[in-house]
Amino acid sequence: MSAATPYVCRQFVEDVTAYLEGALPEDLVAVIELHLADCPHCREYLAQMRTTIALTRTLSDDDVEAIPDEVRERLMRAFRERRD
Amino acid sequence: MLLCWWTRTIRRVAVFEFSDDDVLVEALTARDPDAFAYLLDRYHAALIHLAQQYVPSRAVAEEVVQETWLAVIEGIDRFEQRSSLKTWLFRILVNIARSHGVKESRSIPFAAHAALDDEAAVDPRRFRRFVLRGRGQWKVPPQSWNDPEQHAVDAETRTVIDAAVERLPPAQREVLTMRDLVGWSASEVCEALEITEANQRVLLHRARSKVRGALERHSDEGRSR
Repeated sequence: MSAATPYVCRQFVEDVTAYLEGALPEDLVAVIELHLADCPHCREYLAQMRTTIALTRTLSDDDVEAIPDEVRERLMRAFRERRD
Repeated sequence: MLLCWWTRTIRRVAVFEFSDDDVLVEALTARDPDAFAYLLDRYHAALIHLAQQYVPSRAVAEEVVQETWLAVIEGIDRFEQRSSLKTWLFRILVNIARSHGVKESRSIPFAAHAALDDEAAVDPRRFRRFVLRGRGQWKVPPQSWNDPEQHAVDAETRTVIDAAVERLPPAQREVLTMRDLVGWSASEVCEALEITEANQRVLLHRARSKVRGALERHSDEGRSR
């Protein structure tokens, strides 16, 4: 990135994952953080990406569907038989 | 007598501490049925959910998960705790699911290249185009999701995310599932899929951007209702 091209929102939405992953060089991180300090829309975008990740994470933990009794019993039996 | 009381107490304590991997693995290795029951109740549904990302039907997903559990029973003694038990469990599932005829061609290297094409995270029309007006700045900025339930996954939000994940190209779906549903690290995913860190990141970025877009549309619809 040259000094002649200012850092813009359109670039931020492409850098956001690398930014969250800590995969960007320090100087670019500094540029991004300056931009974020100035741009409420990109701050909102960043917040939404974080929310998206958090919501997706809860999907696997939050499955409410219980294991059917007969499957549970069969597997418990397999576990016990293995013990002997 | 004392020993008996002691054993019972330890056992009761252990049930409460199965959330600790060390305790759980030790109990599984000692063939404690409570430990295995805990594992079944904790992960069965999540495993079904993940298996369905790979195989064509619910019935096959159930088969894959049962096979996974049998592999856990067989393999627990060899588990060396180099990863968390959860990661180990899901890795077994992914391996079995992949061997079960997959949903679509999952030739990752090809798909990864395809994903490196110019694919915008956000519709380019939402940014200003003219230099004098500030090219590249937001024209249609994201609206705040200040819905109080934003952080809770209600059934509707779950459906939105599930549908968005389902629509992803296979390589993106696989990376997103491993990173954000299963919770693997970037390096674990790279190792499992034999892709570079940069490729992994691009696939993850495309996938997360699309899921965010789906949530945004859902939130906008809610606002206009």
